[in-house]
Amino acid sequence: MSRTGTAETNYLNAQHGLKSWLLTLDHKRIGLLYLMGVSFFFLLGGIFALLIRLELLTPQGDLVQPDTYNRLFSMHGIMMVFFFLIPAIPGVLGNFLIPIMIGTRDVAFPRLNLASWYIFMAGGSITLLGVLAGGVDTGWTFYPPYSSLYSATNVLTVGIGVFVNGFSSILTGLNFMVTIHRMRAPGMTWFRLPLFVWGHYATSFINVLGTPVIAITLLLLVLERAFHLGIFDATKGGDPVLFQHLFWFYSHPAVYIMILPSMAVISELIAAFTRKRVFGYHFVAFSSIGIAVLGFLVWGHHMFVSGQSVYAGTAFSLLTMLVAIPSAIKVFNWSFTLYQGSVSFDTPMLYALGFIGLFMIGGLTGVFLGTLGFDIHVHDTYFVVAHFHYVMVGGTIMGYLGGLHYWWPKITGRTYPEFWGRMSAMLVFVGFNLTFFPQFLLGYMGMPRRYHAYPEEWQVLNVLSTAGASVLGLGFLLPLGYLLWSLKYGKLAGKNPWGAKGLEWTTDSPPPTENFRDAPVVSEEAYDYAGAGHGDGGAPAPARAH
Amino acid sequence: MPFKIPFMPEQASSMAGEVDALTLYLVAMASFFTVLVAAMVIYFAIRYRRRSPDEVGGSFDNSALLEITWTVIPVLIVLFTFVWGARVAFRLYRPPADAVQYYVTGKQWMWKTQHPTGQREINELHVPLGQPVKLLMTSEDVIHSFFVPAFRVKADVLPGRYTSLWFTPTKTGRFHLFCAEYCGAEHSRMIGWVTVMEPEEYQAWLASVPTQGSPTAAGERLFAQLACHTCHQDAAGAKGPALGGLYGRPVALADGRTVLADESYLRESILNPAAKVVAGYEAVMPSFQGQVSEEGILELINYVKSLPAGGSASVAAASEGAL
Repeated sequence: MSRTGTAETNYLNAQHGLKSWLLTLDHKRIGLLYLMGVSFFFLLGGIFALLIRLELLTPQGDLVQPDTYNRLFSMHGIMMVFFFLIPAIPGVLGNFLIPIMIGTRDVAFPRLNLASWYIFMAGGSITLLGVLAGGVDTGWTFYPPYSSLYSATNVLTVGIGVFVNGFSSILTGLNFMVTIHRMRAPGMTWFRLPLFVWGHYATSFINVLGTPVIAITLLLLVLERAFHLGIFDATKGGDPVLFQHLFWFYSHPAVYIMILPSMAVISELIAAFTRKRVFGYHFVAFSSIGIAVLGFLVWGHHMFVSGQSVYAGTAFSLLTMLVAIPSAIKVFNWSFTLYQGSVSFDTPMLYALGFIGLFMIGGLTGVFLGTLGFDIHVHDTYFVVAHFHYVMVGGTIMGYLGGLHYWWPKITGRTYPEFWGRMSAMLVFVGFNLTFFPQFLLGYMGMPRRYHAYPEEWQVLNVLSTAGASVLGLGFLLPLGYLLWSLKYGKLAGKNPWGAKGLEWTTDSPPPTENFRDAPVVSEEAYDYAGAGHGDGGAPAPARAH
Repeated sequence: MPFKIPFMPEQASSMAGEVDALTLYLVAMASFFTVLVAAMVIYFAIRYRRRSPDEVGGSFDNSALLEITWTVIPVLIVLFTFVWGARVAFRLYRPPADAVQYYVTGKQWMWKTQHPTGQREINELHVPLGQPVKLLMTSEDVIHSFFVPAFRVKADVLPGRYTSLWFTPTKTGRFHLFCAEYCGAEHSRMIGWVTVMEPEEYQAWLASVPTQGSPTAAGERLFAQLACHTCHQDAAGAKGPALGGLYGRPVALADGRTVLADESYLRESILNPAAKVVAGYEAVMPSFQGQVSEEGILELINYVKSLPAGGSASVAAASEGAL
């Protein structure tokens, strides 16, 4: 990996040795450190998922004990949500790209950036310790009084692990906000920013404002469990539903922490593989902000059947409906970007198109669930499981993998085998739908989530789901293989293998430590493929043959 | 519905059809948008596929008209969806006036049910066809959730609080009962059956099940056993307020607030009497936390509800003074 074919030094070969990585202040190297961290936790969470699906192959609950099963789905959720979905795109792609995209040398606080990674790894390690000591069986939602008084598992260790990890999100969010505000290259105005940066800017706000709430909530839970304070204990005058309010006040916006960076990636991919400015740039940018703001006002839809008053439920239902609007605006704008584009079907674009399909279904079923009268029946069933996997896996992982493929030549200087890339995109799309679509049907038929055993009439759909999960697993393993292979054997990528716009494609692949040999000055709009200046309906396309 | 729609559970309550109608609307709406976007993406992707390596896209990249169109139409659709959903939900939340109250207590990992006539069951509930049934539910330990897919109803069952749901069975048969809120090791075995019977059959069934009398009678025994009557008596200078006619009336509290005497208030006053002290009384009542089971509390409440209003001057006077 040290020889890249160019005589110049780059961020990978500028320094050598383990210490140069563990003490690096280079945002690009820190991005790669995150890549290793999140990949490990993803693999772990994936193994738990595999065991869950194997158990559900038969109705009886005969592969593992109920206790074990409960730990499996809890650890699957905790690993995937807190240590993969939340940090993956900002940690890996955000860190690597934001400074380059805005034309600067590094993030505003490089030491803080490295500290974020160490905090992330510390939180992950503490959680892992809890896993090795026997795991936790509360579900990733930690609802008391089960978690505070009844569970005999490692709630304290895992709770502290997740608590610690939260500070990593807060510090990364802070770092990105300051970087985007203060470090933009000359000429890089707010409305010349790539939409990737807008998406991460919105995400950073949620991280900074929302994550402290989950930190406080988990701290209260830890204190409640250790010292029996009574905050969530009804026998002491406390209220278990209070925990749910606090938990979802963060954890619903957390869904947007996962999906906004993915949407940010999708905007880049659609622009690059249509060679066209993203349709309705301002609307796409502000819809990210809209989602971030509205996302804080909808937490109560997780409690429609929790004994919350019907009036509160009605208000939260209405607000939930509104959060669908900025998402719809994004989908329509992306789709319309293809109109008069120059559309190519490289691997990242296949992931992006797959994202649109899966996110449509995930988003629309979110409207279903926001509909009060519908939610009561499917609340806490597999319908909900299917919905949030469509949003979080179909949304976030499609964006993450699409982005990883798109910027892989920039990150490593090498290209991967295109055939296998397309195969993986298709396997993931097909496998994903086969895994999760049957779960919508199971949920409507009444299968509750977190069930270790289930009535026999639901076996066929469960077998389909497990079959889909195997295809999905293969789709995830393929990139692991060929991306590692490409590090040594991949063709040299050159500066701009996709013919894409954006400052990151003007520098070397891999970039030098200081990102640019000459500090860039920006004089054009983002995605100015048509050469129309500001793209406001200017000259007709010079190259698009009709 | 005249035909069976695949992947829909049986419709066995008066609300099931309404929920399914809402579902079919949602599916139709979602299918329309999914097909629309899919058709647009596929058509554009093929029509505008790249034909030469250095080709770039056109410059048509914004349109206020299009943005307004695809903002306003979805807003109207989600508002319509919201209103429909809220209407169904309000009917699901509000039991009819003639609903008969049954009792449900959840505990790890079983459902304990009790009929208004006193019969008890475990993981089973027998109800007569066509009779609106309201369940008053609480939990002895963690949070559970009472879910009968065929009735399209669900409500969490919480410790330290009463929640309720209602249904009117429209079909005889046995229907799945699930715990829908994760509650520990045997969560997936906290399941049972709701059996809907013809009214005559139900009466025969009731007669065949031994009972220790109605919850009201059991409550009366418990009331005497716990010596509640030593303070709660209808006499001048009694240490506690008289309880006749109390249920369903507003009560003036010592701190100036007025609360409605519903099941939750009565429950709290037994377990945590100092929380809401009736105006004109001292906070001298001890807590009965840990001394009465959840079923016992329900029986006591039933007994209090059955007490006639006559001679409950002290409570009535206190509440009217506050109004």
